[in-house]
Amino acid sequence: MATKFEEMAVVVSQKEIATDIYDLTIQTKEIAAAAKAGQFISLYCNDGTKLLPRPISLCGIDREAGTLRLVYRVTGENTGTAQFSKMVEGDTVRVLGPLGNGFELGDKKAFCIGGGIGIPPMLQLAKELNCEKTAVLGYRNELFLLEDFEAVCDTIIATEDGSAGTKGNVIDAIKANGATADVIYACGPTPMLRALKAYAEENNMECYISMEEHMACGIGACLACVCKTKDKDHHTNVNNTRICKEGPVFNAKEVEL
Amino acid sequence: MSDIKTSVNLCGVELKNPVMVASGTFGSGQEYSEFVDLNRLGAVVTKGVANIPWPGNPTPRVAEVYGGMLNAVGLQNPGIDVFCNRDIPFLQNYDTKIIVNVCGKSTSDYLEVVERLADEPVDMLEINISCPNVKEGGIAFGQDPKLVEQITSDIKKIAKQPVIMKLSPNVTDITEMARAAEAGGADCLSLINTLTGMKIDIDRRTFVLANKTGGMSGPAIHPIAVRMVYQTAQAVKLPLIGMGGISTAEDAIEMILAGATAVSVGTANFVDPCTTIKVVEGIENYMRKYGVKDINELVGAVHER
Repeated sequence: MATKFEEMAVVVSQKEIATDIYDLTIQTKEIAAAAKAGQFISLYCNDGTKLLPRPISLCGIDREAGTLRLVYRVTGENTGTAQFSKMVEGDTVRVLGPLGNGFELGDKKAFCIGGGIGIPPMLQLAKELNCEKTAVLGYRNELFLLEDFEAVCDTIIATEDGSAGTKGNVIDAIKANGATADVIYACGPTPMLRALKAYAEENNMECYISMEEHMACGIGACLACVCKTKDKDHHTNVNNTRICKEGPVFNAKEVEL
Repeated sequence: MSDIKTSVNLCGVELKNPVMVASGTFGSGQEYSEFVDLNRLGAVVTKGVANIPWPGNPTPRVAEVYGGMLNAVGLQNPGIDVFCNRDIPFLQNYDTKIIVNVCGKSTSDYLEVVERLADEPVDMLEINISCPNVKEGGIAFGQDPKLVEQITSDIKKIAKQPVIMKLSPNVTDITEMARAAEAGGADCLSLINTLTGMKIDIDRRTFVLANKTGGMSGPAIHPIAVRMVYQTAQAVKLPLIGMGGISTAEDAIEMILAGATAVSVGTANFVDPCTTIKVVEGIENYMRKYGVKDINELVGAVHER
């Protein structure tokens, strides 16, 4: 019984929602119906010179309609993501997924914390968590997806330049707002995840973080995307675990950042 | 199916077709078995395994380059004990040949693994003397003909399965290494491993890979691999397994015409997990198109214009 599908997805819509941040919806045959919050998909370029799939997180999953919403950043000119950003309704793109483990939904009072391009996957999680929850979003300066989060749950934000919300990072925003929770779910840059891991330990909170790393296969074969683990990993038999397979979501206690 | 013969014989081991996978790109097949019927492959070549677990290199371990990629995984592997208890039994569920890639830092490391595999249900051993991403062992053995001959003969003394020596392209003359392996008693050669490369992040002004250098693979290296297989086929009598950038059946047939008895699909597995099956089917189509009854007619069949 296959749990991962390779298919040609069809672009339903795409628009730029902030500088270099694109909001893409694709129609899939089977992937969306099988997908969980926190999983990702591999998108392939239609170009023989760019070989490797681009791992992209799932911002939205509509299992009934079979669509996936992907909000991603274009990482530069002549990149694979730049190619994706030019796709329009009706275009097709080869996709493999759903990949990775995704978030386990709990019922404890939660923070859904996203930093930068780590914000999008927290939206689907916030939608699915059936408990008290607060979204905490950290931006450099330009905001995106804020209204989507506000439609789902209480949302507080931080910006690096102080142009909106708390000036500083997501932990500054939590403190400034006096927000509390029992569990953290987070995706974002490594320094943010490292700080949240420490914050969770100090405050006796559970903490689940979604990691990223350069990938090749996306399915656990090539051992490119590993992170260091506290204990010996069952598969690798060393203190390394595969982000694409055992992750991308880990209990922060289990990984070394 | 029965109108054409796709099976090939590699030093006494009969493969149902010449298509296998390149070590390190396919794990031990488990992850790809969701996409590919492993029964349809001539052989599965496993990721390199050492006498003890290896943690590999720091990340980032991979980078994309034009028409290819660099990797510096550093032969992370769970060690021979876990491998024998988990990976070999998994592969035994399939009707395909099992080729175990063996790596080591010293001669005794290699010998320990070869000895441990002697009584395992493994069809062939592929000895990695060409990994560019580890500081000790690996390529250090593969760039000096004296060392190539020595380690080949040391391994041959204790190996119970046919021994394939995997050659590096990072040498002045690959045929010199091929002859040395032949002199050491190798049963078969596989070539090429990756070409050492480097990528620099111009925004951060640093190396993309934590290891600075990595092995380049992918379609961009295919012509180099074809040339080296051709040269090696002229230089030795041993059967060859050709690899390096094979992404399509056409690439595989080129390699066979250049002199390879079998071929391995590597990086292309990352681009499309079903590549191997497409190559198997494409070779059959090519044979029918040109009325080739037996694939062995194609091996080394390139000729002067």
